[in-house]
This record gives sequence, C-alpha cells and structure tokens, in this order.
Amino acid sequence: MNETTSLFESAKSGDRRALARLLSVLEEGGTSPVENGSGDSIGITGPPGVGKSTLIGKLIDEWVSRGETVAVLAIDPSSPQTGGALLGDRMRMVNADSSDGIYVRSLATRNHPGGLMDCLTPMVDVLCACGWDHVVLETVGAGQSEIRVVAFANRIILVDGPDRGDVIQAEKAGIMELADLIVINKADLPNANRAAEAVKSALSAGSNIDVPDVLLVSAHSSMGVSELVDSITELQSSKDRERLRIRERLISAWDSALLTSNLFDESIRAIETGNMTLNQAVGHIRDKSN
Amino acid sequence: MRIVVAKPGLDGHDRGAKVIARALRDGGHEVIYTGLRRTPQEIVRIVTDEDAAAVGLSTLSGAHNVLIPKVCDGLREAGLGDVVVFAGGIIPEQDRSPLYEKGVRAIFGPGSTTKSILEFLEMVSSRKKAAESVGVGEQIGWRWNE
Repeated sequence: MNETTSLFESAKSGDRRALARLLSVLEEGGTSPVENGSGDSIGITGPPGVGKSTLIGKLIDEWVSRGETVAVLAIDPSSPQTGGALLGDRMRMVNADSSDGIYVRSLATRNHPGGLMDCLTPMVDVLCACGWDHVVLETVGAGQSEIRVVAFANRIILVDGPDRGDVIQAEKAGIMELADLIVINKADLPNANRAAEAVKSALSAGSNIDVPDVLLVSAHSSMGVSELVDSITELQSSKDRERLRIRERLISAWDSALLTSNLFDESIRAIETGNMTLNQAVGHIRDKSN
Repeated sequence: MRIVVAKPGLDGHDRGAKVIARALRDGGHEVIYTGLRRTPQEIVRIVTDEDAAAVGLSTLSGAHNVLIPKVCDGLREAGLGDVVVFAGGIIPEQDRSPLYEKGVRAIFGPGSTTKSILEFLEMVSSRKKAAESVGVGEQIGWRWNE
C-alpha cells in the first residue's frame, strides 16, 4: 500500500491527522486515491468584507446542531512577490476548533492560478469519500481567478451586503450568472431590503437563465441562517449555469497549461527584448505545445 | 513552511502576533492566524487540521508557564512530535528554561527583530532536512540563541 492509500484508509476511519496530511499530498500534486470528480461541493464567494467567513461560521453551527458534518476549504491569495500568504478565515469560524464534526483547512493560491484548481477537485473528492456531509469552498470574489476557483464547486452561493454598490461589480465580473443562490448578509443593517431588490431587478433584467433566489440573512444575529441551510439542501444548479462553469473551468485549465509551459518565461523575455510580438508569442506557445 | 500563529488563553492583545504573522508572510511562509483566546486543545486541533510544520505562540498575559506546556504536551499526545514550537511575547528570563525543556525551540521577546525569527525558521528547515531534532517531541537540546 502506498502512502496516499494508507493515509486515505486512516482518514476514512476518522484520523484527522491522516486527512490533513493527505490533503497536503494532494496540494503538492499527488495522485488522488478517489475517482476524479466524484465529490460534491458548495462554493461561497463574494466581495471582501461582506461577512463570508462569519456566515460560514454560522452555517457550520447550524449544520452541526442538525447532526451533520462540515469540511471547509478556505482559499486566500498568496503574495505574488514573496509566495507567502496570511490565512485568517478560521478566526471568524469560532466554533470550528472544538467539534469533531467540523474540519477547516486554509489554502493559499500559491501563485499559479490554475495550479490550485488542479488539486481542489481531488481535495473535495477525498473529503466527500471520507464521509463529510458538506464540503464548502470559500473564496474572495474579487477577481477573475477567484471566480474560476468557485466555478469548481457544484453549487455556488454569492454573498453580498447592503450599501456596497458591489452588485454591479459582481455583475460585471460575471459571478452573478454563476450563482445558484444569492445571499444579502448583514440584513440587520438598514437598506438590506433595498440591496435585495436591486439584485433581484438586476437578475431579472434581460436574462433567459432562470433567476436564483435572493435571501436576506444576518450572520451577526443568526437571522435567516436556518432558512439558508434549508435552501442549500434543496439547491440545484441549472444546465445553463453548469455550462458557464465548465467554461470557467476550461479557461482555468488553459491558464494553468500556459503558466506551467516552459515556453512561458522564454516568451516573456522575447517580447521584452523586442524579438517577438504578443501575437507571435501566442502562436509560438500554441504550436509548440500541440 | 505552513505556520500557525496562535494566541493561547485570555489575553486580548494581538498586535504583536499580527506583526509576526505579516512578517512571516513577507518571508514567504503560509501563515494561519487563529485569532484571540484559543485553548491549548483548540490550538492542537488547528495545527492538526492545517497540517502545519510549526506553531508560534504569542502570550502577554503571564500565563505562559501553564499554557505553553499544555500545547507542547497536547501536540505530542496527538502524534505531532515533529511540529516545531516557538514562543513570543512577555516571557521573563527565569521562566524560559522550563519551556525549552518542554520542547519550545525559540523564545522571542521585546527587542527581537522579525529578521531573527525568519532566520530561526530557515535554521528549522535546514535541521528538518538534515533529520536533526527540532520538533516538540524530538530530542531536547538544540534551541535558537539570538
């Protein structure tokens, strides 16, 4: 039995240390012991500061009180300069460190936008195969590469807050089309209703895709959390959104292939020194990698 | 390296821990910050789940003699003897040697530079590579001298 298989066997029997080690092996590109794509995950994204981690903390509490288990993969960006990362999501999931029914793992994107995605699917597969009832991917929805992270989830929840003006940003960035459910958090604050109405009207305007529900929730007061958990249980993705997600995944895989190509750095230098134009470089990389 | 920066006990000040967390990030490490008021059991759980190679414990409350050994014992009991433990905050000189005997490999106090913490971690990596004792459950002896 190789290392991965024995870690997997221990992880299945409830050994958290083996599970943690196995996820590290997968993060570093190890082969998954589970069929690829067999897992099921919930992606939660939204602009910085809308309360995603706090909300996930409340979701976790609700699931645990219902006797269900939750694993969270909390994804944060690495610094492009040093490769380091500050992963602070779990400080907002206060009960996550005491119950056996909760597993939280912080992940850094490690500077290869496609690179992390390669390991995300196997990680979700393994967590599901180890019997975790819910697997949540948390990522900041602030840029294209983060949207692509969330596109790897089977169902997607977009979180926003009142008075942010981010709804339009989210629309521009294309997250809204991917979302199966939209949550307006901080509903204890004034103007939450107005934000919900703005989202609803933005969604219904000129779109053929069936419109996702918009829920008002307050992670602060726990208002609406139980209803949100019910909605997640029944949540189904549509064919149209699935197609959009496949599109994002394909672009992500393409990015990954580009960034890991040995012609990538070479082409940058050639463009820098004026020996190649952008178009020539694209052609060069595409021809050579066939 | 994956490093957990933790605040054990009831002390409510984490400016220092946050400065350290940032410095380690800028040094190229992946830092998991726990937030305030964690119990030793919670810290052991976090180190386990995050598969961290090291844990830095910041305490300013005076409870270091109780809390830090509890984390060290907890890590060993959880089979995490290879994890490196270092500490910082207000830890008087006379309290330090019992902590070193518990497996703490470095203690940084006021006046320590972030550079020296990064150098300590570099030393930790090279000792790990050379299979020399550096974890909390490994042979006591080597420790960082500033």
